[in-house]
Amino acid sequence: MTPVTPLLPPAHWRDFLALTKPRVMTLVVFTGLCGMLAAPVGVHPVIGFTAILCIALGAGAAGALNQWYESDIDAVMRRTQKRPLPDGRMDRQAALHFGVGLGAFSVLFMGFAVNAVAAAILTVSILFYVLVYTVWLKRRTPQNIVIGGAAGAFPPLIGWAAATGDIALLPVLLFLFVFLWTPPHFWALALFMKSDYAAAGVPMLPVVSGERTTRTQIGLYTIPMAAVAILPWPLGLTGAIYGIAAVLLTGWFALLAVRVAKRTTHADDAMKPEKALFKYSILYLFVMFGALVVDRWFA
Amino acid sequence: MSIPDPLREEDLIRSRQRGRARVMAVLLGAFVILVFAISIAKIRAGMPH
Repeated sequence: MTPVTPLLPPAHWRDFLALTKPRVMTLVVFTGLCGMLAAPVGVHPVIGFTAILCIALGAGAAGALNQWYESDIDAVMRRTQKRPLPDGRMDRQAALHFGVGLGAFSVLFMGFAVNAVAAAILTVSILFYVLVYTVWLKRRTPQNIVIGGAAGAFPPLIGWAAATGDIALLPVLLFLFVFLWTPPHFWALALFMKSDYAAAGVPMLPVVSGERTTRTQIGLYTIPMAAVAILPWPLGLTGAIYGIAAVLLTGWFALLAVRVAKRTTHADDAMKPEKALFKYSILYLFVMFGALVVDRWFA
Repeated sequence: MSIPDPLREEDLIRSRQRGRARVMAVLLGAFVILVFAISIAKIRAGMPH
């Protein structure tokens, strides 16, 4: 006998909003906006606003489809069990329809209102996050966020393409920077959320290979990330404002990463250095992109 | 296990439907204004589409 799925009342509109992961969207929108503002050509404010709106909607669609696919593991993890689907506030099919509809709308609107290059990269980023990261990698390999990190690295590229209709070296370096920033950022989180990931059966690096390996990997990934973060300055793609900010901010990131890399934990450890690295990594990304835009304004 | 009150449930459903319809109306209105603004921007810039 097939199990009977209880009928749910229509979900509240706020639950649809929660499905789009608004907090993650903030970072995506900000890096997309900075990618656009760093471009050498100006963009009409209405077209620019539309491009950023499409990036936000695309990211929201990817977040919704991610939550649709992962509702089973979200229900096990403390951090995610209050989301609309695991909490039983929304029907899974409604989440699927919402995600697909929003994704298709964001890509088509980007194509019609902005340009085809930006729409194409937006399509790749949504599909990469949903199919490559969520469906294929996340439950299979501890390298999930290394490869999957590319999905979150696309927004500056999309923002740049929205302004210029093209891709250049600087946005590619910005893509690489976010791509290489993702592993230390997520592994710092995974270190203090290890038990949650283990309970949900997600093969994050600390769960599969242990804390020692994860700490070493955080240190190792920080090296190319730091190099790519500073590289636009010596290449002449940015000015001294970005260069000096990048050196100082990245230096502090490296110090925090080294502290995490060298540590060994004991029972009931509060994981303060790991939490500090995780929090700083978010601020770091915001300030680095902000410095890029300020540098452009004064160039 | 408590038995759901059908009247209360209907009120909840109606209020959710009203809320969603209002949000949808605001979003559609904003979309129309945005498409209008995009058209004006492209006409002024002399873009082909």
